[in-house]
Amino acid sequence: MTQAITAEKKKPAKKTTAKAVNSLDVSDHKATVGKNFADNAKMTMRNVNVFYDDKQAIHDVSVDIAKNEVIAMIGPSGCGKSTFLRSLNRMNDTVDICRVEGQICMDGEDLYSPKLDVVELRARVGMVFQKPNPFPKSIYENVAYGPKIHGLADSRVDLDEIVENSLRKAGLWEEVKERLHQAGTGLSGGQQQRLCIARAIAVSPEVILMDEPCSALDPIATAKIEELIEELSQNFTIAIVTHSMQQAARVSHRTAYFHLGRLIEVNPTEQVFTMPEHQLTEAYITGRFG
Amino acid sequence: MQATNILILIIGLGAFAFFLGRGRSIALAAPLGGIRKLHSLPSYYGLHAALWCALPSLFLLGMWMMFDDPLINSIVVKSVASEIAPTNSASYNLLLNKISNLADGILPRKGENAALVAAADHMISLRVVSRWSLTALLLTLSSLGLLWGWSRISASFRARPVVEKVMQNILLACACLAIFTTVGIVLSVLFESIQFFRSVPIFDFVFGLEWSPQMAIREDQVGSSGSFGAVPLFVGTLLVSAVAMVVAVPIGLMSAIYLAEYASKSVRAYAKPALEILAGIPTVVYGFFAALTVAPFLRDLGASFGLSVSSESALAAGGVMGVMIIPFISSLADDVITAVPQSMRDGSLAMGATQSETVRRVIIPAALPGIVGGIMLAISRAIGETMIVVMAAGMAAKLTANPLESVTTVTVQIVTLLTGDQEFDSPKTLAAFALGLMLFTVTLLLNIFALHIVKKYREQYD
Repeated sequence: MTQAITAEKKKPAKKTTAKAVNSLDVSDHKATVGKNFADNAKMTMRNVNVFYDDKQAIHDVSVDIAKNEVIAMIGPSGCGKSTFLRSLNRMNDTVDICRVEGQICMDGEDLYSPKLDVVELRARVGMVFQKPNPFPKSIYENVAYGPKIHGLADSRVDLDEIVENSLRKAGLWEEVKERLHQAGTGLSGGQQQRLCIARAIAVSPEVILMDEPCSALDPIATAKIEELIEELSQNFTIAIVTHSMQQAARVSHRTAYFHLGRLIEVNPTEQVFTMPEHQLTEAYITGRFG
Repeated sequence: MQATNILILIIGLGAFAFFLGRGRSIALAAPLGGIRKLHSLPSYYGLHAALWCALPSLFLLGMWMMFDDPLINSIVVKSVASEIAPTNSASYNLLLNKISNLADGILPRKGENAALVAAADHMISLRVVSRWSLTALLLTLSSLGLLWGWSRISASFRARPVVEKVMQNILLACACLAIFTTVGIVLSVLFESIQFFRSVPIFDFVFGLEWSPQMAIREDQVGSSGSFGAVPLFVGTLLVSAVAMVVAVPIGLMSAIYLAEYASKSVRAYAKPALEILAGIPTVVYGFFAALTVAPFLRDLGASFGLSVSSESALAAGGVMGVMIIPFISSLADDVITAVPQSMRDGSLAMGATQSETVRRVIIPAALPGIVGGIMLAISRAIGETMIVVMAAGMAAKLTANPLESVTTVTVQIVTLLTGDQEFDSPKTLAAFALGLMLFTVTLLLNIFALHIVKKYREQYD
């Protein structure tokens, strides 16, 4: 199974109503359509299933994330995209009832093997959350948190440098350089989110996971974050979950469409938004449900 | 009629009024097309009638009970024959006591002064008049209230807002009662203390280094002029509280961290109630545990190390008090730790921090104000704790910082000053009130401080 397979059971092409699309049965949907595999894969996921107790949240997802690409995950609420994202740095471990099956590898290393050190993994795969969650510490201490616990700085000068670089990369330096030692919680929402991004990149991760990073922000702050994602993609591999299709279209190289826990389609972003292969994708992006 | 009987009667009448009012409203509604045509539910009409029936009578009853006795007393004393008339307030009280004892039949009438017996008879007759007039008045009032409440019922009468308003005022009255009681206690302690400070200068009390409250009862007694320096007591209190905190804070805090961050649901379900059982043990049980088990154990342990440990030591009392306070701190700390948003934990874990790093560097700093507030409350609890120290800390007012020695605390001294036969105007007794006032002030300040910190913490994450 190396090449994309077109959906076996295409429904009649005639227009369906929103209701009809919603009631489409996807339980017999076997394979993802489009280009879900990549040649220069950074992370590879094969036949991933995620369960909460008995309830299956992710069904048999196989997809690659290429080096230095931005992959957007879209889909209606509750389709499992956040759950999937959180299984990439094992944040699902914190949920007792969550169980992950299948294979998730980064650079060929199995992330769920018992030998893997989850602390190291999370240093390599950073994460930015939906709601800005700066620690109740100063701006400086927020960014210095990761380098300190991972011993990345030998001296105060080193640490200062890491903090400054991270804040610069997150486009926040000019705004906060005068008040590095004031509380991070005193910043505006957009600044807080950029602080969280600075915090994440301070440990030089290889992959950054973003779980709806702009959903709590106003349009101007959103535009800044999107610009930032664009710049960051030169150095980092980014997987972003978003509810905004325009955002996916603006920032991502490839787009993955999830539906009821199944990965329906993965294709280059332009193609997804102009000529989606799968009828469900089309129904979603044309706003017939979701 | 006895007051309790009257009370039962009024309540019975109220219940009767309730059913009467409800029945009338239902009867009124029937021809109109059912109770939906009424403004309020039938039970509101019933309650309205019951309130009218019972409330004014209860109020009158309360007032009567309050002013009945003093009024009768003053009438009786005013009318006594001039040869036994009181000359000052002390003899007034004495006379009154005698008369009422005669009236109640506690003192035999035989051989008593005729004037006194006449006064007692006067008192008895006045009491009878008072009782019967009260009963008659209350019954009339209740009946009138019932009638009024009953007559106002009509389909358009708005009974619900009236009842709601009255209910609200009853609740307000209860709240006020609690507050006034507190104010009353504080004022009474304050006045007694002022009386104490008349005989002992406040400066000597607050800064004096010697505590020995024995006063000469007779003129010819030697050497017991009494000295009332409260410093040794407060030092003792602080010493015992400090020992208690040294035990309770680390253990309480760590068990809270374990319960909030590490324990699985099933462990938590058993461990938390088990810990809280500690809070349910009566302090007197802790007290004899400290006095009979811990203190001798510490003394023997000390002896084996060549240390002389007093058999009643601050260490034993403080240690056991610490155990008592553990659940207090752990449940407060558990609350504030669980209140730290999950997003903080996620943020830290996603940075690759281990769980203990997350607890140490993010959770505890975030919860610190709340934890400090909890500790403050625990300290004020320790300072006010009485039973354990009475049994295990000792009586000697020594000015020492050595926890192996026996010390005494403010609460212990209050207990010893006020138990047994006391003169209520000697400084020895009044000193208890002054100590109570000072203790109250200290714990009040601590509580205000703690609540302030806790409140500040509430605003942290938004």
